[in-house]
Amino acid sequence: MTAVSDVATAVLLPAGAIFCLLGSVGLLRFPDIGSRLHAAAKAQTLGLLLILSGTAAQTPLRYAPVLLLVILFQLLTAPITSQIVGRTAYRVQALDRRKLFRDELADRLALDGTPVDAQPSSEDADR
Amino acid sequence: MTAVYTATLAMLAAAGLLTLLRLVRGPDALNRIVALDVLLTMIIAGTAVGMPVREDTTALPVLVVLALLAFTGSVTAAHLVEKRAGLR
Repeated sequence: MTAVSDVATAVLLPAGAIFCLLGSVGLLRFPDIGSRLHAAAKAQTLGLLLILSGTAAQTPLRYAPVLLLVILFQLLTAPITSQIVGRTAYRVQALDRRKLFRDELADRLALDGTPVDAQPSSEDADR
Repeated sequence: MTAVYTATLAMLAAAGLLTLLRLVRGPDALNRIVALDVLLTMIIAGTAVGMPVREDTTALPVLVVLALLAFTGSVTAAHLVEKRAGLR
């Protein structure tokens, strides 16, 4: 039993750490906020999931539900954070719309008559 | 097993440093929010790896609290960015 959980930990922990490392490399090197959100999500969900699973194999079994709870929180909240940050980036014009393959919100905003491009750029305001 | 823990913690530390670099560079508040969120993930992961290393599970509630607080902070900061741009 100990040998099995040791092997599981030896596989899961480095795998999760590699995901975290690759996610942060992507966060550093990708050009805009949208692709950075994409890279960050890899470290936040799969990276943390693998590491916590590896940890759960080494701790007594009664602690496993708490680690499962942390994984559940992370899987629920990471997409919400990404969505809200992405929407904010769109609204404050931090996202270059010409680079988008599909811009469904623009059609909707045009339908509502919201002057999207008339909004002030927040690039200067945030600095 | 010590080698596995050392390698994992070293990779997490490297990842944390790269994330910290993005946090310093910016260039705007939204990028910093994302970087802080990822940095907190690294902290949760590192704390989790530290539990079997020290054979001590005292840090377990800290993981739950961090996982919840990260979410609240990021969402609030993103709302603040919208507010500052005069959209809310």
